[in-house]
Amino acid sequence: MTAPAVFKPRGVDTATLRRLLPVYGVYVALALLVLFNIAWTDNFLAWNNLRIQLVQVTPVVIVALGMALVIGTEGIDLSVGSVMALGAALIPLYLGYGTVPAILLAVVGGIVVGLVNGSLVAFVGLQPIVATLAMLVAGRGVALVLSDGKYKDIRAKDFLAIGTDAFLGVPYTVWIAAVLAAVVGFVVRRTVFGRRLLAVGDNRAAAQLAGVPVKRVLITVYVIAAVLAAVAGVIQVSRIGSADASRIGLLIELSAITAVVVGGTPLTGGKVRVLGTVAGAFLMQLLTATMIANNLKDSTAQMVQAVIILVAVYTARERRTR
Amino acid sequence: MSAPDAPLLEVAGVSKQFPGVRALDDVSFTLRAGEVHALVGENGAGKSTLIKVLTGVYQPDGGDLRHLGRPVTFNGPLDAQAAGISTIYQEVNLVPLMSVARNLFLGREPRNRLGLVDVGRMNRDAAEILAGYGITSDVRRPLGLMALGAQQMVALARAVMVDARVVVMDEPTSSLEPREVETLFGVIQRLHERGVGIIYVSHRLDELYRICDRVTVLRDGRLVHTGLIKDLDRLQLVSHMLGRPMSEVRKAGFTSFGGEHSAADSRPVLRADGLSSRHKLTGVSFEVLPGEVVGLGGLLGAGRSETIKAVAGALPLDQGTVEVDGKALRRPNPVAALKAGIAVQPEDRKAEGIALGLSVRENIALAVLPRLATAGIVSERRIDKIVETFMQRLRIKASSPHQRVGDLSGGNQQKVLLARLLATGPKVLLLDEPTRGIDVGAKAEVQALIDELAAEGLGVVLVSSDAEELIEGSDRVVVLRDGAVAGMLRGDEVTTEHLMNVIATAAS
Repeated sequence: MTAPAVFKPRGVDTATLRRLLPVYGVYVALALLVLFNIAWTDNFLAWNNLRIQLVQVTPVVIVALGMALVIGTEGIDLSVGSVMALGAALIPLYLGYGTVPAILLAVVGGIVVGLVNGSLVAFVGLQPIVATLAMLVAGRGVALVLSDGKYKDIRAKDFLAIGTDAFLGVPYTVWIAAVLAAVVGFVVRRTVFGRRLLAVGDNRAAAQLAGVPVKRVLITVYVIAAVLAAVAGVIQVSRIGSADASRIGLLIELSAITAVVVGGTPLTGGKVRVLGTVAGAFLMQLLTATMIANNLKDSTAQMVQAVIILVAVYTARERRTR
Repeated sequence: MSAPDAPLLEVAGVSKQFPGVRALDDVSFTLRAGEVHALVGENGAGKSTLIKVLTGVYQPDGGDLRHLGRPVTFNGPLDAQAAGISTIYQEVNLVPLMSVARNLFLGREPRNRLGLVDVGRMNRDAAEILAGYGITSDVRRPLGLMALGAQQMVALARAVMVDARVVVMDEPTSSLEPREVETLFGVIQRLHERGVGIIYVSHRLDELYRICDRVTVLRDGRLVHTGLIKDLDRLQLVSHMLGRPMSEVRKAGFTSFGGEHSAADSRPVLRADGLSSRHKLTGVSFEVLPGEVVGLGGLLGAGRSETIKAVAGALPLDQGTVEVDGKALRRPNPVAALKAGIAVQPEDRKAEGIALGLSVRENIALAVLPRLATAGIVSERRIDKIVETFMQRLRIKASSPHQRVGDLSGGNQQKVLLARLLATGPKVLLLDEPTRGIDVGAKAEVQALIDELAAEGLGVVLVSSDAEELIEGSDRVVVLRDGAVAGMLRGDEVTTEHLMNVIATAAS
């Protein structure tokens, strides 16, 4: 059988297409883009090039995984970029105690922001966009204070190894992202928490009456998202060998939301597509890379990205049945 | 020119069809100048649809609308407003963040010479106008900070200010304090003297008899009765609303309920004691024995759903306790109630019951996930087993357990919800309108199931607007009125006549 086609061949009715497109569209688009690159872009299949693409997309993938969970509860987390910066700012401060304590502290930083986000949403009842907007501003502010607003070079070899070394030829950071994606996928599919998360996103009142601890679920989701963002921040620092709180994670929340939406997770909650999110992040990354490799301006790439987002949202506008 | 004594507003033979429902069927209604006209009926009777036709929100499929004797068509709410028809909805629809004065003058702000809003005059005028409604708070504060009753008063003042000839009030007293109710009645009296026609929707019989001149009763989209309210006693009014002729002898076999259930154990499985919540419930107490179906009777807005919610821990209580098997729930919340063995089927299935976007399987398993999991990881096999058991037992018709619940029929959605409740192994089942919006076949199945569950020893609390269902399904009926227990029917008293009698008795 052929894959659900974007060319609308006769014989496939539009209803089926509209059902399948939001789910599988991202894979089709990704496949087409890969085929295009194989045919037209020099050295696309060279391992060096693929490795660079993988390494570059890693932070977005990790952040987007958390974002997908939050969006699954009908929320959104704008603070992820600031949490990355916070994680990054904590690293040089505590690297003196060793690599592991420094990373743990960055994660603790993420947990704290996640708890604040989650409490604002679950207990105070703020809209997620407002609550996390506050943390978007505050988080980076704290990160800048911690780092004195300075760019810090990192020389600890152990720590830098995370970003530069590889296992079986694949960089550690990519392995980390892959493992995290697998774990998040497992959590969504197979755990009590994952199922409750979807129920909260689909119908919060019903979940509440069914005895789901809605507040706990919401807080946990925001904590997970922030921890993943902190991890992404750590990875970013280890890769570029410096911590710059004013730059790290800037605007990544938008890339993450794009990856989630393009990957077929509806903003209305109740559904999380983990593999789709990963594919969404790859699609956007590859799109930019393709444009650059074919000497198109970055601005052109942005416009094409905008079109893809619109197409994704348009095809996903579900026939709401309520 | 319009005839001087032509009715303010008149509809003749109006019909309105919605997909699958005939919301209004050949209804006629006349509102004369200076009269307070009560519009009553149970859920789904067509009151809201009629109001929406009168206020231009809906266009009728058939029939005539006459305003001051001349035929008119309202193409939208603006047309109706231009004709002097103002509506005050149950939920206040003003702008909470704007000041009280601005809300009052929204769209009609006084201007100064530069054409800008004359804020000083606006505030002065607003304060003066609102004083007439018993509101003396600062008119410059945002409306949203005022109590709901006061907000409603502002909405009323605004509606009347527009030189309204007709004012429609949809349950205006439901969120008012007794003192505010008096103020409202005072305003109604003044409007009445000014010759304004008022359409008054309420379920509080005392109010209707106190302030209304005329009453129109709708049922199932049809006109049942219209006339002077003083010619109709309370019992007649209630019997019109519930649709049971008073003389009708109770016949068995209307529904699929069997006979009485004998309570083997005399210790109550559920005891609600003095449940009180501001504006909603005052001191509601009752008991349910194992194997017993206790009905909650009363008109719409009497506090039936609120009582269910209070028992289920979903309504914050000012006072009162809920005991299951003699053990009081410490902190009433849905999780604790569920743990104690209380399962609730809420009235609004789609809003609070099922997760439409999830599958049949996910919905059934939702409440018992921890039991089907080891260390937080769910066992698909255990879920399959429980889902299969209940899909068979309740005869849920779905293409597969993975079908989206939103794609099922109403009856099957309801069964999925019941399956979720039963999967928790409850001791008490709270059912709020279990057969609403489902087809006849499914209705019979659900009724038979309720019987079966009671026979197995569950305590069941049943709320139904369908008097037959309530009477035949229940062993005892607790009748509620205005959020308090008005009476209790047991044994031979469980009949429609007794039910209507208790509902109609004036609050002492």
